[in-house]
Amino acid sequence: MSEFPWQSSFEIREQVVGGAASAVDVTRAYLARAEALNPKLSCFLTIDYEGALAAAAQVDRARDAGEDLGPLAGVPIAVKDNLCTRGVRTTCASQILGDYIPPYDAHVVEALRAAGAVILGKTNLDEFAMGSSNENSSFANVHNPWALDRAPGGSSGGSACAAAAGLAPLALGSDTGGSVRQPAAFCGITAIKPTYGRVSRYGLVAFASSLDQIGPMARSVREASQLLQVVAGHDRRDATSADRKTGDYVGACDRGVQGLRVGVVRDLLDGLQDADVRAGAEAALSALEKQGATLVDVSLPHAKHAVSVYYLIATAEASSNLARFDGMRYGLRVPGEDLAETYTKTRAQGFGPEVRRRIMLGTYALSAGYYDAFYLKAQRVRTLIRRDYDTAFESCDLVCTPTTPTPAFALGEKTSNPLEMYLADIFTLPPSLAGLAAISTPCGLSAAGLPIGIQLVAPPFEEEVLCSAGQVIEDGCGLLESRPSAID
Amino acid sequence: MADPKITLEQVLHVAKLARLTLSDDEARQMQEQLDAILGYMEGLDELDVSDVPPTFHSIPMDAPMRPDVPERCSDRSEILEQAPESEAGGFAVPLVLEVE
Repeated sequence: MSEFPWQSSFEIREQVVGGAASAVDVTRAYLARAEALNPKLSCFLTIDYEGALAAAAQVDRARDAGEDLGPLAGVPIAVKDNLCTRGVRTTCASQILGDYIPPYDAHVVEALRAAGAVILGKTNLDEFAMGSSNENSSFANVHNPWALDRAPGGSSGGSACAAAAGLAPLALGSDTGGSVRQPAAFCGITAIKPTYGRVSRYGLVAFASSLDQIGPMARSVREASQLLQVVAGHDRRDATSADRKTGDYVGACDRGVQGLRVGVVRDLLDGLQDADVRAGAEAALSALEKQGATLVDVSLPHAKHAVSVYYLIATAEASSNLARFDGMRYGLRVPGEDLAETYTKTRAQGFGPEVRRRIMLGTYALSAGYYDAFYLKAQRVRTLIRRDYDTAFESCDLVCTPTTPTPAFALGEKTSNPLEMYLADIFTLPPSLAGLAAISTPCGLSAAGLPIGIQLVAPPFEEEVLCSAGQVIEDGCGLLESRPSAID
Repeated sequence: MADPKITLEQVLHVAKLARLTLSDDEARQMQEQLDAILGYMEGLDELDVSDVPPTFHSIPMDAPMRPDVPERCSDRSEILEQAPESEAGGFAVPLVLEVE
């Protein structure tokens, strides 16, 4: 049994169900830790003391009444602040939603409540999930718990930081082009980007609708798998939600990788500038090989175009999705002389620089005269990226690359050059564009003591194989026994 | 110096389309940043994709149908509580049309 605050979700549930601890006591302890560390880390935008204690008290009452308890009974969780929570402020880290209180719960939030989870609060993010360092939050910079001057990654930086720093065993994020995987890699935890359609987005504030997915984050592969099990499944309120049977993700963690064919993108690995990331990837591959997997060479010849393709498609979709923020029905309104001026003033004051930049880029790519040259062309190249994976999966069961080209970069290092920030997403974008399932899990530390993540990508709806392989990497070269050094 | 991929004039036009206002400084900076990004994206031109179909949806799916039956929706007052301004059970908005 691990000591507070490093217990797993399974250990916490067992204590609560067995009566060794009350859910209220567990929740109080995590709330106190969040309150103590949040000034240093800024991972929470809202800590919901009242709601968390009420949810915990309900779990305790259910236990006392002898009722069946859910799979996450009494387990504290941190939820990204672009997921709607009824009665609790949901800001997307944007001024335009600074005071917004949703009148409904997102599908995944309903699923958490039904499972008995205790939502501690809402986590910081890049505004509207647009960013790779969390520096685009309009409220505060999140700090990496392994080195406070480093970025936690983005856009789910607050969720990654909270789980990594022991502020909650579990967290939910959202991933459009890497937004759960990249911060998981930077903060030394595991995150799963489910197949497009696996998890309902009802109640997720939309960024790029052909790419957005909600993903579980946790310190261990098994906990992330369990959280996926809780939130996955069909929901008719999201028209893109797939009517598919949910897998046995926790069970898959014990299946091993005997006979599994792992695709290695050799030219990409050999081209890595960062020796620590290369060494981490080799360690992960040898852990898989040792447990009976076979390595096969595959190639993704069009993956190098993913940054261009993604930043055209995602910004085009964002420019359309964010048109709803007009100051009329909810959120900020800055009154102008007339309707048109009210729109422009509201949006100019309500959106931060990166969101404005992406709306501009997307509007440009969709505008008359440029649609064919930019947006349509990007969608065509997206087909080539998807076909690369189709070909790769003819000879392997999953494709392995690093999650990021480098470990966590310094806060402020890339803020003055948006393109350089975009280029840091090169490995997480291709599977997003193809709608595939992916996991990032730690595979070692750099010489400077920063976590390194490995990414595994599976064909659509084959998340189970990610859980099996992720567990083998965690057992072989993971960071489960390492604690982030910069917090206590 | 090569021609810019996007001019200041185009930036201001796009801002208007997107209902955003930019100060002079912001517009100049936006032009420089978008120019760099669009310049990088010219890398796509090395591919001939005229015969490649676009992928608008990565996972093939049909638009699902549901029975057309009325259901309870959210409470009106709860929704209006989030409105910047409301009046007589509706959203209050600036005047859209002048009426004589």
